Amino acid sequence: MHLLADADLRLDAAPIDYVLLAVYFVMVLGIGALARRSVSSSLDFFLSGRSLPAWVTGLAFISANLGAVEIFGMTANGAQYGLPTMHYYWIGAIPAMVFLGLVMMPFYYGSKVRSVPEFLLRRFGKFAHLVNGLSFATAQVLIAGVNLFALATVVNLLLGWPLWLSVVVAAAIVLAYTSLGGLSAAVYNEVMQFFVIVAMLLPLTFVGLHKVGGWQGLVDKITAANPSTAAVQLSSWPGTNLTGIADATLSVLGIVFGLGFVLSFGYWTTNFAEVQRAMSAKSMSAARRTPLIGAYPKTFIALIIIIPGMIAAVLVPELAALKQGQSSDVTYNNAILLLIRDLLPNGMLGIAITGLLAAFMAGMAANVSSFNTVFTYDLWQAYVRKDKPDDYYLRVGRLVTVVGCVVAIGTAFIASSFNNIMDYLQTLFGFFNAPLFATFILGMFWKRMTPLAGGLGLIAGTGTAVTIDVLNRNDVLHLAGQGASFVAASAAFVVDIALSVVVSLLTRPKPDSELVGLVWSLTPRDQLRHDDTGENAGWYRKPVVLAGGVLAITLVLNIVFW
Amino acid sequence: MSGNKRAGLFDLRGVLALLFGVYGFVLTVMGIATTSQEDLDRAGGINVNLWMGVGMLGAALLFALWVRWRPLTVPTEETGERAPEDA
Repeated sequence: MHLLADADLRLDAAPIDYVLLAVYFVMVLGIGALARRSVSSSLDFFLSGRSLPAWVTGLAFISANLGAVEIFGMTANGAQYGLPTMHYYWIGAIPAMVFLGLVMMPFYYGSKVRSVPEFLLRRFGKFAHLVNGLSFATAQVLIAGVNLFALATVVNLLLGWPLWLSVVVAAAIVLAYTSLGGLSAAVYNEVMQFFVIVAMLLPLTFVGLHKVGGWQGLVDKITAANPSTAAVQLSSWPGTNLTGIADATLSVLGIVFGLGFVLSFGYWTTNFAEVQRAMSAKSMSAARRTPLIGAYPKTFIALIIIIPGMIAAVLVPELAALKQGQSSDVTYNNAILLLIRDLLPNGMLGIAITGLLAAFMAGMAANVSSFNTVFTYDLWQAYVRKDKPDDYYLRVGRLVTVVGCVVAIGTAFIASSFNNIMDYLQTLFGFFNAPLFATFILGMFWKRMTPLAGGLGLIAGTGTAVTIDVLNRNDVLHLAGQGASFVAASAAFVVDIALSVVVSLLTRPKPDSELVGLVWSLTPRDQLRHDDTGENAGWYRKPVVLAGGVLAITLVLNIVFW
Repeated sequence: MSGNKRAGLFDLRGVLALLFGVYGFVLTVMGIATTSQEDLDRAGGINVNLWMGVGMLGAALLFALWVRWRPLTVPTEETGERAPEDA
């Protein structure tokens, strides 16, 4: 992973910056210790006892995703491609989050499953369950290592700590609070991290805009710097520079179907690291509101993450040179670090460093806390040691958390010597989600879909995505930009659906009685409804109202930045 | 839902108020006391620490007010009815 080139990115951190950093991590560990008091069963540990309020789970829902890939990646995309990057949020996240809250959450929460793979177990049986459980657990623990390595690289560059030291220290902190407080500690820290990240991004956006002369100044500077590509950078549609698809119609199609439908729905609705946050909410109503409440800040974070990227490309000399096609020793991934270096004074600098480190650690904690749940419930309890008392699984969960962190440290060290492999693995795991969504959506709405179709569809779909990716990497297909992953995911989705339909028609479905609560047509309507009295009362807590509101805002922003 | 003891017995809003109270205080003091001309120049004349410090103190105050307005009540019953907590 080439997050950082060898440019002079060393930040002039003063003692006060370290003090602010230390304050944060004292509180992180404090939260872990406090959360420990409320862990008395495995459900407390893995799903916070399904007790969290909706605003907490909602912020954790988007915060779990606000890690290295998003912060570096989206500012980099902003710097390189400009406004089309907004599609990752307004097309590529909001609709899927609304769909999760309105349509899928009632099945997840209502069926009382404890994980996404467990839903597959109930709906399709062991084959699909094992395929998903194993692939998810493997992916999470390896991605935890990638996050850890990314963090160590940043600490090394920013502060000059040796790689191994930051890897071990960061892993120890994550391990301490996740093994003590379980999901509650992870979620609470995600919420805290969310606010610190916002506190880091706000001054970068506003001070940056002030320095370039406001929005009009930014537009003028981009136009002056890159006259030939300015038009594409400054309007979000058709986003041909982002997709790498020259034809405008196909580019829009790629964004809407590939990114907006397959990739985004696959990620947001079936990735357990996300869905777990909603499952930990304290009621069906709160669970449905989780992704909807998260969608509001998600809509606006697009602005304060992408606009700084665009500003960096005109304000930071090294980056501007890179964009002119000159050789430069920075990469687009450095955009946010360069902007922090150039704009923030000591004090605010410490908080920005805290925000970045917190984001990396929260990313790793999300991987670890979803890994330990799936490993304990879906692999250990389902196939290795059944029918033990609950405190046995709580102990297993804590132990697996330790194992997960140790494996992540190992992965981080492997990553430090095989950069490209880890980069590739991360893309690869992204491909598990697209077919998973296909299988879920077909399985939820078509009661005829059979257990064998569930498992085979997943394997074939993932295989398709990987094949297309390999073909493209070896120049058999020619897709530049981000279009390749859109096409790979779309193909995976289509193949999964097609194969699942064919296999289903040839094999025996499960009897209707076993599918109640899992399939739309067989579930009594009031089982999908939730209690809207007491603390769930009020028009503003209605999922439909929340969903309508965020869709309207997204639509307006889409028009404003057309 | 599960048992009688709920996770989340401590109030996250209080933690957030504390964190941003400390951060806001430190930044405000730095903004007033230690801002150099160089700091101002790099931010185009804006005193970043002062603005962010005051902003964070404001955020801390909002969290504190929220706690006062909707205090966290520990549910006493095992299921069903729960006293209003927070939005």
